[in-house]
Amino acid sequence: MSQATTMTTGARPAAPRRAGSLGDAVFAGACQAAGAFVLLLLGGIIVELFIGGLPAFRAFGLPFLWSTEWDPVSEVFGAGVSIYGTIVTAVLAIIFAVPLAFGVAFTLTELAPPWLRRPVGTAVELLAAVPSIIYGMWGFFLIAPLMAQYVQPTLIDSLGELPGIGALFQGPPFGTGILTAALILAIMILPFIAATMRDVFEQVPPVFKESAYGLGCTTWEVMRGVVLPYTRISVAGGVMLGLGRALGETMAVTFVIGNANRITTTLFGPGNTIASVVALEFGESETGSLKLSSLLALGFILFVISFVVLATSRYLLRSRLKG
Amino acid sequence: MSATTQPALTPVKDNKVAARLGSRRRRTDVIIRMLSLAATAVGLVFLASILITLFVKGFGAMNLAVFTEVTKPPGSEGGLLNAIVGSLIQVALATLIGTPIGMLVGTYLAEYARGSRFGDVVRFVSDILLSAPSILIGLFVYQLLVLPFGGFSGWAGVAALAIIIIPIVVRTTEDMLSLVPNTLREAVIGLGAPKWKMIVLVSWRSAISGIITGVLLGIARIAGETAPLLFTSLGNNAWSTNLSAPMPSLPITIYSYAGSPFQDWIELAWAGALLITLAVLLLNIGARSLLGRGK
Repeated sequence: MSQATTMTTGARPAAPRRAGSLGDAVFAGACQAAGAFVLLLLGGIIVELFIGGLPAFRAFGLPFLWSTEWDPVSEVFGAGVSIYGTIVTAVLAIIFAVPLAFGVAFTLTELAPPWLRRPVGTAVELLAAVPSIIYGMWGFFLIAPLMAQYVQPTLIDSLGELPGIGALFQGPPFGTGILTAALILAIMILPFIAATMRDVFEQVPPVFKESAYGLGCTTWEVMRGVVLPYTRISVAGGVMLGLGRALGETMAVTFVIGNANRITTTLFGPGNTIASVVALEFGESETGSLKLSSLLALGFILFVISFVVLATSRYLLRSRLKG
Repeated sequence: MSATTQPALTPVKDNKVAARLGSRRRRTDVIIRMLSLAATAVGLVFLASILITLFVKGFGAMNLAVFTEVTKPPGSEGGLLNAIVGSLIQVALATLIGTPIGMLVGTYLAEYARGSRFGDVVRFVSDILLSAPSILIGLFVYQLLVLPFGGFSGWAGVAALAIIIIPIVVRTTEDMLSLVPNTLREAVIGLGAPKWKMIVLVSWRSAISGIITGVLLGIARIAGETAPLLFTSLGNNAWSTNLSAPMPSLPITIYSYAGSPFQDWIELAWAGALLITLAVLLLNIGARSLLGRGK
């Protein structure tokens, strides 16, 4: 084709363009088709989960969302406990992870000497690379016994007697349970939140910070008065991203949450999440059973929740994406 | 606290008050700095704790049989050979299928759809898929490929892993292509090359190390995925390379062995956990150093 270009220069300028335009059309078509395929994937996930869950939605109606029953023998199922568990563990994980992530991002952008930033940043990001199942084993064999032996008895002795919040810290210290699951989740989502915070903190124009330093502000005052207000929307986006990750985390939670279908007031009690119920009960459900359909319906609910959270996160982070 | 900071609102003339205020501000600053460093230390301690646990328990259980024997009933000397091979096959095929699709989507977003409405939607959906719970992708493939075709299969596992790797490749491909300077593109077009040649010979070539990084990170991610395989390739305790039948994989074997009451199975699970984590971390570090060198 390059030959044709040199031979026909000036005489027929349209010809080589036409020769390339077939390749162009094919290539552009392939790219666009691949783009459409991604849309189909997401659409397919929504539709397939909904169709699969339809028998359960039909059988139990809207109360499926808050019913706390899960009785495979009499075939009565409800999502109440697992939705509660999903939200409580994810929100607790956020409460633990956000201050830690802020500390990491503050260290990486302002405090650590430059030569230390890259290795420490990489190490924190490696926390995100460790597979979920490894967190599960580590949590079950190492953290849960530590929680049972040291953390939970201490909390019971110190906070369990208090009026009001004391109810959160009572009951037998099994080691596993809602609190342990939330703790493991917090470590898993820490790198995502920290990375977002670090990236947006670095985007604050240096002149803003310098003028604050010039007024005599301390490092923390610059962070609180300049950097955080400037980046607060993106920081919220990063937190939502972490929340979205925490909601759907499966294997690690399955190992440490204790897996019981009840809502307890104490954080030490066992519970379950949508993902852990699906992972555990799937093997025991027969094809076409109402139980399997209920699990798919749970999957659909989880999809809707995570979609809303992740879409919000992306909306909040859009200015960063453009920049 | 508000009561004590009030003097700051009026110009401070009293030097004692100013000194007290200054020392309070410095104290707050030091405390927050210390807490932040402590938070970073906590993160690093967790990583170290995971790695140390894996090394201690994993190396204790590591022996030649792990690599030469297939999984066996508890009590007899078994290994993880079938699980390792099954994982390698599924991850390799998923990468081979997912990478071209992801690259095409990323190319579409960076080269064709800048500022277009459809492109924005594709980018949004791809980003949602990137963070969507992987267990749901497993359920989706179960509904799509397992139920209608009469059973769990290696292919279903491959499909689930491919769907997970696609958005990762999309993200890095688009990011890397958008770093390619426009002047380079204009130069190629100005020489009379068609757009597809420009993309393949110039854009892709300039971005290739970044794209490879993305693929490596994607492989690292799907190698450890467990939840989607529960509903697709299911796992298999025998030697099997038949992609139309249930297929063993390392994460699934670790999952079922770690939760078992048998001590030798739990030890094998630790050996597998060490293997998989080493592979994933090496892939990550390798990918990062590749990207660092490219820059």
